[in-house]
Amino acid sequence: MKTKDIVYVALFAALTAVLGLFPPITLPVTGVPVTAQSLGPMLAGAILGARRGGLSIVLFLVLVAVGLPLLSGGRGGFGVMIGVTGGFMFGWAISAFVIGLLIEKFWNRLNVLNAGLSIAFGGIVVLYAIGNAWVAVVAEISYWQATVGAAPFLIGDAIKVVIATAACLAVRRAYPLISKAG
Amino acid sequence: MIAGLYIDGQSALHRSAAGAKILAMIALGTGVFLIPDWPVVAVVLATVLLFYPVSGFGPRILWAQIKPVLWLLVIFFAVQLWLADWQAGLLVVSRIAAIVLFASLVTLTTKTSDLLASLERAMQPLRPIGVNPEKVSLAISMVLRFIPVIAQVAGEIRDAQRARGLDRSIVAMVVPLIIRTLKMADDVADAIDARSFD
Repeated sequence: MKTKDIVYVALFAALTAVLGLFPPITLPVTGVPVTAQSLGPMLAGAILGARRGGLSIVLFLVLVAVGLPLLSGGRGGFGVMIGVTGGFMFGWAISAFVIGLLIEKFWNRLNVLNAGLSIAFGGIVVLYAIGNAWVAVVAEISYWQATVGAAPFLIGDAIKVVIATAACLAVRRAYPLISKAG
Repeated sequence: MIAGLYIDGQSALHRSAAGAKILAMIALGTGVFLIPDWPVVAVVLATVLLFYPVSGFGPRILWAQIKPVLWLLVIFFAVQLWLADWQAGLLVVSRIAAIVLFASLVTLTTKTSDLLASLERAMQPLRPIGVNPEKVSLAISMVLRFIPVIAQVAGEIRDAQRARGLDRSIVAMVVPLIIRTLKMADDVADAIDARSFD
């Protein structure tokens, strides 16, 4: 890894931490809190690509694990990492990697459609597949029940996919960091 | 600088090695999943609870650790009660509480710098497969430095976009933030290379 790559990895880890500083928005009717933080893994994957994007989220998680209160709401430490929602934490890193992989693949002909679908697949399908499995094991409920329980959060995630797609396309025009295309 | 979640003290747990505490945490986390007996898990939970006063932490600190997962515990207990019986509910709830409270105990009694030092030691054997502990340490210190910088740049961009009436658009906030900090990252990388870090 070149120095530049290390700095980018650190930058997106820090960006994910800063996104956690924004107060969560509570959705009307359901009362589900939506935080800006999960935008971090989407942006890291979509802007840095698979390897650097995935590593930046791994780095962020290491800092949370060693006790820095970087998760939204000032949480941190091992408790949140291996607690109920731990699957979503580890899922973030894989989600960033998958998004990066898909964006790299579509890089030369990236448009709203394939960028949006790539981010939705990595940021929602992959993330919830891992996160829900973890919840199902910890709470001894079925996979289906865990999925139903997580459904209200999808509204917030859909909004974040739209934001990440717009940001990914704008940054690609202004400051492209993924050069290779498949 | 960002303060860690560590709380100073002199107890046995404060004095134990960071690596030992992490291994104990992994052992406990695995153990409570291998034993499907609620009385055993409840005893484990009681022991973990006992460690709070022993390590010098009062009920307020204990409450702060369990509060974020409390509503989930209530839901999980209700689901088990509905699907199975109260014993199953107790098993699930005391299992999660034991893991979360012990993990929090490790965080509360171990300095962030000690955890980072043991992380760096643990990475040494990974050198042959391409993990460079010095580069990881560099990345970690850069994250800690970047957080206040990014927060400040975000504040400046918010003010600028407010003047344009764009302060409600998240995209108008995120895109300039990323591009400005990426430019800064390139300068930082050049500065590091100029000092021959490699």
